[in-house]
Amino acid sequence: MSPRFEAWSTLLAFMRKELRHLVRDRQTFVILLCLPLAQLLLFGYAVRTDVNEIRIAIAASAADPAATSLRAQFANSDRFILLPSIPNAAAAERLFRSQQTDVVVVLGPRTDSRTVGVTPPSLLIITDASDPNTSTTMANYAQAVVRDWQALRSDVSGRVAIDVRARMRYNPTLRSVNLFVPGLIALILTLVTSLMTALSLSREKERGTMELLLVSPLRPWQIIVGKVIPYLGLALVNVVSVLLAARFVFLVPFAGSYWLLMGASVLFALVSLALGVLIAALTSSQLAATLAALGGTLLPSTMLSGLIFPIASMPEPLQWVTTIVPARWFVEIIRGVMLQGTGVDVVWRDLLILSVMLVVLLVAAIRRTSVRLA
Amino acid sequence: MPDPVVQIENVSKAFGATRALDQIAFSVSAGELFGLVGPDGAGKSTLFRILVSLLEADRGVVRVLGLDPVGDLWALRRQVGYMPGRFALYGDLTVRENLEFFAAVFGTSVEAEYTSIAPIYQQIERFADRRAGALSGGMKQKLALCCALVHRPAMLFLDEPTTGVDAVSRREFWDLLGTLRDSGLTTIVSTPYMDEAMRCDRVALMQTGRILAIDDPTRLGARFPRPLFGVHTRDRRRVLDLLRTLPLVTSVFPFGDIVHVSTARVTAHGDDLSDAALAEHLRDGLVAAGLGDAEVRPIDAGIEDLFMELMGTESTGAAS
Amino acid sequence: MTMPPETSVVGDHPSTLAIRAQALSRVFGAFTAVDAISFDVGQGEVFGFLGANGAGKTTAIRMLTGLLAPSSGAATVAGFDIRHDAARVRERIGYMSQRFSLYDDLTVHENIRLYGGIYGLTDEQIASREKDLLSRLAFTSSASLRVGALPLGWKQKLAFSVALLHSPSIVFLDEPTGGVDPVTRRQFWELIYQAAADGTTVFVTTHYLDEAEYCDRVSIMVDGHISALGTPASLKAEFAADDLDEVFVRLARGATKS
Repeated sequence: MSPRFEAWSTLLAFMRKELRHLVRDRQTFVILLCLPLAQLLLFGYAVRTDVNEIRIAIAASAADPAATSLRAQFANSDRFILLPSIPNAAAAERLFRSQQTDVVVVLGPRTDSRTVGVTPPSLLIITDASDPNTSTTMANYAQAVVRDWQALRSDVSGRVAIDVRARMRYNPTLRSVNLFVPGLIALILTLVTSLMTALSLSREKERGTMELLLVSPLRPWQIIVGKVIPYLGLALVNVVSVLLAARFVFLVPFAGSYWLLMGASVLFALVSLALGVLIAALTSSQLAATLAALGGTLLPSTMLSGLIFPIASMPEPLQWVTTIVPARWFVEIIRGVMLQGTGVDVVWRDLLILSVMLVVLLVAAIRRTSVRLA
Repeated sequence: MPDPVVQIENVSKAFGATRALDQIAFSVSAGELFGLVGPDGAGKSTLFRILVSLLEADRGVVRVLGLDPVGDLWALRRQVGYMPGRFALYGDLTVRENLEFFAAVFGTSVEAEYTSIAPIYQQIERFADRRAGALSGGMKQKLALCCALVHRPAMLFLDEPTTGVDAVSRREFWDLLGTLRDSGLTTIVSTPYMDEAMRCDRVALMQTGRILAIDDPTRLGARFPRPLFGVHTRDRRRVLDLLRTLPLVTSVFPFGDIVHVSTARVTAHGDDLSDAALAEHLRDGLVAAGLGDAEVRPIDAGIEDLFMELMGTESTGAAS
Repeated sequence: MTMPPETSVVGDHPSTLAIRAQALSRVFGAFTAVDAISFDVGQGEVFGFLGANGAGKTTAIRMLTGLLAPSSGAATVAGFDIRHDAARVRERIGYMSQRFSLYDDLTVHENIRLYGGIYGLTDEQIASREKDLLSRLAFTSSASLRVGALPLGWKQKLAFSVALLHSPSIVFLDEPTGGVDPVTRRQFWELIYQAAADGTTVFVTTHYLDEAEYCDRVSIMVDGHISALGTPASLKAEFAADDLDEVFVRLARGATKS
């Protein structure tokens, strides 16, 4: 047998063994397969930050034709439940106190005809701010409807209404699931790759089998590659299942190239795998490896990637820290590709950064993986 | 004399403040079954790990199959079979899958090596599809031996293969080692069970990082420096304390249903006593204390007697 | 001493029995691990519980220590039914094994305090028994050492003494001397004799068959049954064997389970 062929057949045998470990540990395997979908369902249905079934009342004099068209505008929106009209702002106060409404739009007498946009605001949106987040969201929705209404009216009247607010670009329906799916993919890749690789390598150490692998002719790179490939495969299965569910269950729009997305996912997965191998090389027990993987990869991927907290609003030192978090660059790529349809011409910089990280981590991981016992 | 297969000189190894090995030296010839006998903490596992290239010695010279385990580690790793000190196979893989994996790691297959492992593999083949984790202790060790042999190593290193295994399985395992020895395979094996030393061609007695003695196990007992007697009585508990109070007695250890007693030969008055006279002296002492049924006769010392004797001199030597 | 070694203790005085097992069985699925074993152990007796790997020893010990419910049959340990009074049984027994005994990352003193606390001893009781224990083992100067730093033999002697801290009426020892050097092994057995002389029943498993000779009586389990039970001398006579090793090998060779 030629040495090169032998190296590959050995590697194949190693991967077969790893797959067996994976499949035999029934509980973990089922969790790894189902966890991503469960998370997606959770984000998709339960943990949305968008608000529906907002009760709204419009306060205006009954004769105002503008009120009639505004009422129709709100009635057409599927986010709002239109309550019977009320005569004035004083009535609105009573509705809020008795918690019968979430939003009231007060229409002043001079909103009609040519005065729109020139006179002082004569349209007032009042929301129940006992929950500030929800309140802001409801106000935004209401504004969006009002803007549409203004636009329609200015078309009719031949005048251009001034749009005072930035449009909600790329997520015009403001659905949070659209924003979560890219982040979820980043989290799953981190979990399945870093954590599982670190765990599985340190398990060999704890069980003493690493001693046998080391005295064999297996080179460190063969042990690492053999460990990593099965988890890479599992991670990609997870990515595809999340993407399919997102596209066909939650109808998340997909603007860019699937190939670019998969390519970026593979790159990010490799970075995380190298990190997992490094963690395993630096720790001596499964517990330490788990904690290191959680603290070193999963937490930064969640907190410092821009997934939950916008990077732009972090203090400057923390913004610097985010640049060494691989997930930050991956989230940037994946949001761009999925929601904006960005191509390689734009995300090449992020891809390059991830590639450099991969090389650095791989070199560190292989150098720290000893050919002897520690 | 043929070149030794294993030669180590002056090997020392420390972990922090703990001296695991202290100036170890011995050599093993081709085809020998060489035993390292000693309790936990003797340094046996550390020595094995140095020999199979898993650890580097702090000092000393190590040659295994003519290779240096530090400089020639990849050449060496192809040629040695190693069974670590605790069960280190994949419990979630079946017997056959474990064996196939270790064959593949060395670029071979179970089919290709079947004839060479058959004598051992046939004893576990009926469990081929059972998960290794569900095997009994004795079967696990046989599987581990198979895995260590599957690439036809030039030399075998077995670290405590019979620890925690019942007496029957231990015998069967040593029978297998005898078969391998007859086929000419050089083997170094360690054990905490003194009685197993008799199955080796030569043994090194080890204790806290040092070698106490190296010899043919049948000759080791003759090194015992003083007269030794076996004492038999029904009251095996009281006899220990009684013997310790008798003049001339230097050590008292229970051995199964008898007690081994060593004595000085020369009395305080300078009389040099014969074995018969010493036995008589012990018996008289016991009878006087009420153990009328005591039987005392001179016996030949075994490895365990010598081991305990050397342990004693080692520890007093260290203290002085 | 509570009894001369060669005298049978079984049956005559049930009130002095430490353990009485009657047709005790445990089934796992289709596998009968322990098959209707019956035996008595007298108070203050040193009882050797031998058997091959997989013969059912561990399962039997788990039932006797109240950790595992029997599938059928019954047993009383220290006067309490293991099925209905498992908690009381556990209060009155001590247990040590090679695998789990003391916490390596705690000091000798901390381990003693911990076990004393677990068994509900008062601070004064713990203090006086600790002092006693340390001086008996000549460990007084080592009380502040971490247990993990002790040689195995010391650790096992300490673990045994800690298992006796709450003055249990029975102590279960699961391979207490595995890997221990021959001198310390014998010192360990002298501790066992000492405990038995104080009236504690010692129930011990071992793979060293020369140690089995030190027991008052031994039982040998094969395939879930007790195949032999008696004093070492009577077993050797029954099998016309020179030592217990020969008796054991002859019985266990006939085993069908692996």
